Amino acid sequence: MMSGSPDPARIRAELAALLGPSSLLADEAPLAAYESDGLTAFAARPAAVIAPRTADEVIATVRWCHRHGVPFVARGSGTSLSGGALPVSGGIVITLNRLNRILRLDPAERIAVVEPGVVNLAVTQAAQPHGLHYAPDPSSQPVCTIGGNVAFNAGGAHCLKYGMTSNHVLGLKAVLATGEVVEFGGASREQVGPDWMGLFVGNEGLFGIALEVTLQLLPRAECFHTVLAGYATLEQAGDAVAAVIASGLLPGAIEIMEQLALQAATAAVHAEYPPGCEAVLIVELEGPREVVAADRLRLDAILAASRPVEVRPARDGAERLAIWKGRKSAFSAVGRLSPDFIVQDGVVPRRRLGEALRRIQAWSREAGLRCANVFHAGDGNLHPLILYDGREPDGLRRAEELAGRILRMCVEMGGSITGEHGVGVEKRDYLPIMFPPEELDLLRRVRAAFDPAGIANPGKMFPAGAAPALTHTGLHPLERAGVIARE
Amino acid sequence: MSPTTPEELAAAVRALPRVLPVGAGTKARLAAVAPGVTPVSTRALRGIVEYEPDEFTFTARAGTPLAELAAVLAERGQYLPFDPPLATAGATLGGTVAAGLSGPGRWRFGGVRDFILGARFVDGEGRLLRVGGKVVKNAAGFDLPKFFVGSAGCCGVLAELTFKVFPRPAATRTLRLTARDAADQVRLLRVCAGGRWELDALEAAVDEPAVFVRLGAEEAALGPLVAELLGRFPGRELVTAEAAELWTTVTGFGWAHPGGALAKVLLTSGEVPAFVTWVRAQAGARAWIGAGGNAGYVSLPPARPVAVSPWAGALLRGNGPRWLGPRRTAAVMAAVKRALDPAGRFPDFED
Repeated sequence: MMSGSPDPARIRAELAALLGPSSLLADEAPLAAYESDGLTAFAARPAAVIAPRTADEVIATVRWCHRHGVPFVARGSGTSLSGGALPVSGGIVITLNRLNRILRLDPAERIAVVEPGVVNLAVTQAAQPHGLHYAPDPSSQPVCTIGGNVAFNAGGAHCLKYGMTSNHVLGLKAVLATGEVVEFGGASREQVGPDWMGLFVGNEGLFGIALEVTLQLLPRAECFHTVLAGYATLEQAGDAVAAVIASGLLPGAIEIMEQLALQAATAAVHAEYPPGCEAVLIVELEGPREVVAADRLRLDAILAASRPVEVRPARDGAERLAIWKGRKSAFSAVGRLSPDFIVQDGVVPRRRLGEALRRIQAWSREAGLRCANVFHAGDGNLHPLILYDGREPDGLRRAEELAGRILRMCVEMGGSITGEHGVGVEKRDYLPIMFPPEELDLLRRVRAAFDPAGIANPGKMFPAGAAPALTHTGLHPLERAGVIARE
Repeated sequence: MSPTTPEELAAAVRALPRVLPVGAGTKARLAAVAPGVTPVSTRALRGIVEYEPDEFTFTARAGTPLAELAAVLAERGQYLPFDPPLATAGATLGGTVAAGLSGPGRWRFGGVRDFILGARFVDGEGRLLRVGGKVVKNAAGFDLPKFFVGSAGCCGVLAELTFKVFPRPAATRTLRLTARDAADQVRLLRVCAGGRWELDALEAAVDEPAVFVRLGAEEAALGPLVAELLGRFPGRELVTAEAAELWTTVTGFGWAHPGGALAKVLLTSGEVPAFVTWVRAQAGARAWIGAGGNAGYVSLPPARPVAVSPWAGALLRGNGPRWLGPRRTAAVMAAVKRALDPAGRFPDFED
């Protein structure tokens, strides 16, 4: 165990000797890219960034960390919105982007075995020629990696019907924080014995690092029917969601975008929405053409009765993609409206969506902050984007205060502080509002079983306690350096 | 012991040095009590605590019979889409989770692990703890509810469970497709699984090379889908009563030997012919293939043990080790067991 603060130079020298110098990122500029992730408000400087080329190198690195008590943070593309890949100051970052091979694609069994650095969308692209796809579709899917999806149990727009990442992982091989290499699950869609794999998915990097992941692939739906409906008020859009759910339909996706998010998407990707609408509802049916045709009749009747300003069904594939492009670009588009923003992803029971949104509106007015709402209405998963200016002395504090009120409301309503982004560093102090001390202790005991030394992604999920306070660091380090920009 | 509340359940666990939770005993091997172990029955721990049809969720006590749940859900046009087995035999919700058993409907949207959202359970120290959540989407904390699926009472006693439900399809149709042999069955299973039809269930027989397919949707959509499948593959549609009987037999293991051993093994569709050969090598064995070729179920006449399995599996009824075939062990497994049950009140994974 290294006592006190491990010397970064020594860490780098030892890892270079262990793995060879080419697996070690050394220059100042590349290192800066790893100081933050999708939660740009926080940054920390790691002692070293390791970019292994093989699973064995990952195992060797983790075992070295275990031997020396050096904390490590696994990282894919760094898109975590909860600060899941935020480095530990003085620890090491293990970036998995070089482990990006699809090891096996078996169209007959409809499975793919992939390395953790494979990008989410690349799995679907590889599966497409066989009429298959990988269902979980987080908005960051063109860049986010399967390893990160597994660590944070990523969701997406189609969770209501298809579930989260966890529902699509059949097996995995991982190196745990103790250096132990384990295999859970396999190629079968069925299981016996405790669901170790289910426990591993969503561990937020606190158990170890997935090295190989077996994913189930689904046949691509034959037919889609995607409708965009504009409403004069947010409440009417919420009522329409309730009516769709009550009808017994099971749409692939039900999404709502509210005014500010619509403005942002219009500016960013030239999406066009019906004028004079406070909210837009997106409903997508999918399945065999005969089923979609029958369900469509019912959906049309429900929407017609929901007092919309306008209903626009996508007439072809291009129009469908345009609807989704507007929806999925909403997060990054909001970046145009404000120097900084934080995204929450609390969950409320569906029937309380309208009430939750009214409260968020009132509180953001009170706080003098703008708040753009885009959310997975079908499963009550809110995504308020709280806009603030980090250059104002109390900008981040006020934004975090508002975020805190929203999270408390979600729990009071019987929901959750996070639907799909994970707790990470951002919401760690709110975990105790969901779990009383005895239950937090249970989670800690389970964590300690996987990582007794507490070296795997420390400082995430669990309340900070004695951990050093994080301070707002303004722009992403690369933004500050002028390498990247938000248009 | 038959506690009637989660608190009484916790007190019962605290009072006993070694405990095995048991439900209705429909998976008799999992309810078999070793010497020195006291069974704690969940049969009096029953009833629906909350049901929110608009949220697609319910919470029920672990000992609630599946049949009772199904009736309440059906009143609102909803169901547990994985057809939890042995409902007519009296199986409970808690036993279904502990056994990790899913029926034919698991094909379309997933099994018991894919619909469990939260749980209250009593750990080895007798503490009543909550894991997971009560809403359809939740990523806070580790996903311990899933871990309890298939855990066979080794890590705690389930007191209360929260599940996601779905709207039940307006209508269903069942087809019996005929294959030439086991290899042809595999081909048929794969073609059906990869097609456009979005099948509700995809199962196969072992005593005859048949594949059974169920479709669920609006009545108007089903006619053309059924016609297309029957145009492509030899077979016929089962009339309503026949179909009902088939699915009752499958979900109730009605094809198995009464009083005999019953085991589940994990397969992939490509392993179906090897499974069929393995079954045929065992005198008197009966079998069924579930989940599109991903699960094999085998039953033997009373007093005859299941042969050594080349596949990982679990014994549900009969005498013998609880787990079959190749087993993975890891130091972390024992560590998690200790974290949940430090004094060893519950059975070991390997008992």
